[in-house]
Amino acid sequence: MAKAKTNTEDYLRMYRQMMRIRTFEDNANQLYLSAKMPGLTHMYSGEEAVAVGICEALTDDDRITSTHRGHGHCVAKGANFKEMFCELLGKEEGYCRGKGGSMHIADQSHGNLGANAIVGGSMGIATGSALRAKLLGKDDVTVCFFGDGATAQGLLYEVMNMAALWNLPVIYACENNGYSEYTKTEEIAAGSITARAEAFGIEAFKVDGQDVLAVNELTQKLVARCRKGEGPFFIELETYRYHGHHVGDINREYYRSKDEEKDWKENRDPIIRFRSYLVAEGIATEDEIEAMNAEIEKDATEAVAYAEAAKYPDVSEVDMHVYAD
Amino acid sequence: MREITLSQAVNEAIAEEMRRDPTVFLLGEDVAEAGTPFKVLSGLVEEFGTERVIDTPIAEPGFMGIAVGAAMTGSRPIVDLMFGDFIFLIMDQLCNQAAKTHYMSGGKLNVPLVLRTNMGATRRSAAQHSQSLHALVSHIPGLKVAMPSSAYEAKGLMKTAIRDNNPVVIFEDKLMYQDKAPVPEEEYLIPFGEANVKREGSDITLIATSSMVQVAEKAAAILSNEGIEAEVIDPRTIVPLDEATLIKSVKKTSRAIVIDEGHQSYGVTSEIASRLNEKAFYHLDTPVVRMGAMDVPIPFSPALEDITVPTPDRVVEMARKLCSGEMIHAA
Ligand SMILES: Cc1ncc(C[n+]2csc(CCOP(=O)(O)OP(=O)(O)O)c2C)c(N)n1
Ligand SMILES: [Mg+2]
Repeated sequence: MAKAKTNTEDYLRMYRQMMRIRTFEDNANQLYLSAKMPGLTHMYSGEEAVAVGICEALTDDDRITSTHRGHGHCVAKGANFKEMFCELLGKEEGYCRGKGGSMHIADQSHGNLGANAIVGGSMGIATGSALRAKLLGKDDVTVCFFGDGATAQGLLYEVMNMAALWNLPVIYACENNGYSEYTKTEEIAAGSITARAEAFGIEAFKVDGQDVLAVNELTQKLVARCRKGEGPFFIELETYRYHGHHVGDINREYYRSKDEEKDWKENRDPIIRFRSYLVAEGIATEDEIEAMNAEIEKDATEAVAYAEAAKYPDVSEVDMHVYAD
Repeated sequence: MREITLSQAVNEAIAEEMRRDPTVFLLGEDVAEAGTPFKVLSGLVEEFGTERVIDTPIAEPGFMGIAVGAAMTGSRPIVDLMFGDFIFLIMDQLCNQAAKTHYMSGGKLNVPLVLRTNMGATRRSAAQHSQSLHALVSHIPGLKVAMPSSAYEAKGLMKTAIRDNNPVVIFEDKLMYQDKAPVPEEEYLIPFGEANVKREGSDITLIATSSMVQVAEKAAAILSNEGIEAEVIDPRTIVPLDEATLIKSVKKTSRAIVIDEGHQSYGVTSEIASRLNEKAFYHLDTPVVRMGAMDVPIPFSPALEDITVPTPDRVVEMARKLCSGEMIHAA
């Protein structure tokens, strides 16, 4: 595996964050299966190294924009389970007071500007955040997460053009998980994805999105260069989603084989890979890792129980927040 | 008569028209093998092939524009827009291009396309997947707008839309896809601009669109037990609007509530209410009341979402007030 983040604590934190995402999603899926969660949700499981590798290269001042598959970004950027589960269940103590739900989850205190239910909907927002940084003379960086499917949106090309013209501190992070809903990426994306960014003179990189250290190493470099005014950049991260497009997408063999899913889960899992690395390098023992997993599981179980018991917003909140004061 | 779901009705209408007219084709996201996320179009790609059932990338303005061009030059495209909320992405192609081309060309170019999309809240899908945006497009001259209230209407209106020489937008309520209704085996079309009187009554007129027709019918049943006879009318298309049927009913009942799932302000309810005021003013005993969705983005939390849309109980309550003379001025 590639090397990034320099000390033991950083490595353990990266492992913990990936495991927290996986655990969060397992619990969210369970809530759906037991009919406790309103609506549908899109699982991030399998893509943990992307969000964590990138967000571990950022500070709380750096911003991200997220997608419909946004729980992973939210956790990786520092959110708490309690407020996240409350949001998923539409409770008052959720990050958005129950108004947003899974597809709009956001946590401004850590720089997460929010998930977005419009594919590509956050590309302008991320680029605007970067323009603000430049105009106000701040050195923060904005990362725009989006999927391979979202590269079909014309907005991306409009904003990349402006970001390149104006040297904005933004990193476009394309999470290529091979599918756009029920369609393979090669059926919806002509030519090369990175070449599209290069056409605007934006330096573009392709990285193994299942290797958290590789993702982190690259992002650290690009963030540092963005802070020096050398942005924007584009990264295509090769990754895979373990679940269906959303939690209700159970019978999916017509578009994706079980063998393919098995191969990614067994041979390329970002958490298993990183765990073996930590043990092999003597950074953590199996026991220490098991203890960490148990602690995360406990945190999730408690947060779910808390959220289930929590209050719904009072009906008087329905017309609050339509306009700012 | 056999009963089929609204989803099957749409599917049948499209299949029949594609068999009848080789210039009809479908395009949109995941319309082929996946048959759309709501499985409405399942089976069509098997019959008509990927040449006529075309999966597109997630590029709504692009494929909408392509449909406009194809329609102007001899095809009859059906554009599938997965969620009504995405209409904001295609507004230029729909409203500046498709809607105006016939007029701007002095009647020389036609844009015979159908945009099929959906509407409707209470699916816990939050603010960007729950909107009912039909009023927005109804504001634009050149577009026709249909709102089927059952499988029967869904089939008849879709077939008419495909044969129409104008751009037609059809809004299906996504909570109604599995609702069944009697649908004849034989071919039929439902002409645009012909309202359907679902239930006759003499005390109050309930004008309702799409899923709100069910809400109005439920309210009418409750009111009937209390001795209030409501007439329920489904306009079926809001552009063109069958004003005559609505006015005739209101002249008979002298009271009306207009129920629609779009936001209440500047919406379909406002439009219909003001036409009744203009054309039946001296026959009215009470103000025409609008009942639309609250003027808020649709919230995710079930505790909040459910109060944003009209319900039978709220319609009953309002009808009672109007019929008892308690409400002379709308609150
Ligand atoms: C503008 C828009 N079009 C379509 C959709 C429906 N939709 C939601 S997710 C999705 C696929 C997105 O694929 P990708 O960008 O690759 O992200 P992934 O789901 O793979 O993470 C689609 C078509 C949407 N939400 N917004
Ligand atoms: Mg994808």
